Amino acid sequence: MTDSQHSRGVTALLLVPAGVFFFFLLILPMAVVLVFSFGDRADTGGYAPAFTFDNYLNLPARSKAFVNTLTLAPLGTLLTALFAYPMAYFLAVKVSPQWRVTMLVLVMAPFWTSQLLRYYAWIMILGAKGIPNWLSMIGITDVRLINTPWAVLIGAVYGFLPLMVPPIYVSLEKLDKRLLEASADLGATPWKSFLQVTLPLSLPGVATGSMLVFILLMGDYILPQFLGGGKVYFIGNALVDLFLQSRNWPFGAAVSVALVIIMFVTIFFYMRFVLGKSGQRRVALV
Amino acid sequence: MYKDKGIITAKQFVDELRRYQKGSVTRRHFLGVTGLGLATAVLGGAMPGFRPRKAYAGLSGTLNFTTWPNYFAQENFDNFTKNTGVNINVAIFGSNEEMLAKLQAGSTGWDVFVPTNYTISTYKKLDLIEPLDLKKLPNYDPASQDPRFLGPGTIDGVVYAVPKDWGTTGFIVNTKNVTQNPTSWKEFWDLAQGPLTGKVMVHDYQLTTIGGALKALGYSFNSLDEKELGNAEKLMLETKPHLFGINSDYQPSMRNGDAVMSICWTNDAKQLHADMPEMQYVLGKEGGEIWVDHYAIPKGAPNPDAAYAFIDYLLTPEINAKEIKFHGAPSTDARCNKLLPKEILENPILYPAAEALAPLEFGAAESLTNPLRAEIMARFKAA
Repeated sequence: MTDSQHSRGVTALLLVPAGVFFFFLLILPMAVVLVFSFGDRADTGGYAPAFTFDNYLNLPARSKAFVNTLTLAPLGTLLTALFAYPMAYFLAVKVSPQWRVTMLVLVMAPFWTSQLLRYYAWIMILGAKGIPNWLSMIGITDVRLINTPWAVLIGAVYGFLPLMVPPIYVSLEKLDKRLLEASADLGATPWKSFLQVTLPLSLPGVATGSMLVFILLMGDYILPQFLGGGKVYFIGNALVDLFLQSRNWPFGAAVSVALVIIMFVTIFFYMRFVLGKSGQRRVALV
Repeated sequence: MYKDKGIITAKQFVDELRRYQKGSVTRRHFLGVTGLGLATAVLGGAMPGFRPRKAYAGLSGTLNFTTWPNYFAQENFDNFTKNTGVNINVAIFGSNEEMLAKLQAGSTGWDVFVPTNYTISTYKKLDLIEPLDLKKLPNYDPASQDPRFLGPGTIDGVVYAVPKDWGTTGFIVNTKNVTQNPTSWKEFWDLAQGPLTGKVMVHDYQLTTIGGALKALGYSFNSLDEKELGNAEKLMLETKPHLFGINSDYQPSMRNGDAVMSICWTNDAKQLHADMPEMQYVLGKEGGEIWVDHYAIPKGAPNPDAAYAFIDYLLTPEINAKEIKFHGAPSTDARCNKLLPKEILENPILYPAAEALAPLEFGAAESLTNPLRAEIMARFKAA
């Protein structure tokens, strides 16, 4: 056996656990979902074998859920990125190195508490006796936050900030400061240097963070359930209702398949666009 | 400062923590870390009548119990564990459909669960539920049970489930904010669309929300008629933009003042009224729902001996009385009623007058499994 054959064998062996994992917990369940999506709802709920496209033709019945998810998930991701970027910039550039770890830990600290408890706290903060009450003290009355899309967006920024900050931080931290000096030497204002050097070089971090947040938001149901109170309805909520309430598994499977396809297409184009763009810039700079 | 503003009191916080712990820590863990579990166990052990019994010999392991929120007295569970050595794992569910979906999917590992009257025949049909061996439930006495509630648990003469407690579905009104004094389902929906816009909640549960709309239109709570259901859907969709929320967990929003009226079950009404006397429970004069929850054992329960011991323990009148005092849904057992204080037995929320009870209907099995009703609820939520 030659060395290369041997190492190929070892590689294959090392891939077995991951392969088994993905086959049984990703590929096989997806295949089941696909099969179910062409079936019928059994009389008492669940799945009855059939071959029909009815479930797919019925998808418009959940169009509101698709529209809500496809507007609020990208918007929530964008807002999270806008909030996370200055934080990450501050951590990577302004904070002295001995404080950096402490600060990063503080960013992650909310994750140590259960997500449900944190959303529960937000129900109180956004409810009538929370922010709207404080606003009414300064004369702004009749503000309504809880159970609106705004509450869901606030919850998205709060909940997903700890996922967005680290990737941006990492890309900013490894930024070569000499590039900024060069830019200044060539007469660029700090703002111009930021726009033409720092920002493009940190885009991969923004892209990674956004992807993480976007994927989680697209499939989320707890956030809209808690802060939307049944008034802001995501695809995730539609799925929970179809599988656990009306037990229309075939229609639920069709909605799942549609969601997976939408995610694939969106992520594919997003990655091509963002990574392609930042890749070009990097080549140009180096 | 938070306390002064009444945003969340320590008590509420603990309530919420308990209610929503299913996604994070277990109640047992919570009680362990706060020392509350130990405290109640010590207190319980000091009471007579809770000493270990022979019948509990030979039990071990864990008992998986599936129930509804705020629906059992922890003190009783701690004593059961102390006497039997069986640890209790509690799972909290939001709806009968969810329980049915989990049992249909299989391998739940549940030992005891709490189905409502209208689900039991479906569980039997799908062969998901064990017939009960009443010899193993010496504390269950059918003669002392209110005969109204014995029907749903018995199918073809075989007992599949024994009554836990009963209650009604009406609506709760915060009379500090609502001066209109509504007495009917029609007024409930009219107020929701009009003066109380933005402040009313309905259940995230098709049986009661569609049922409430059907009653307002003068139909049966259990209607399966396409035209009647269509009219109910129209009423629900017209009201949707005016609703504060669609949520079966309405206590927090009612307490907080975000919502001032909500569809409501007896036990929640009792808990709300106990803390805030301005919360008044109304049974719509057109009627509505009367229900009875049961203890049952699913097919393939991993620890059936413990399951029987547990049900039998909870049906002991003294223990059952403690349960009732905690959750506030009335008992079906005359022996237990004898042990309850007058203020519970005379509380109209728990024991409404006969004329208010007369027009109420039991939910029907078909109302839960009907695909049109399920789809109407889904469309209402997705609208």
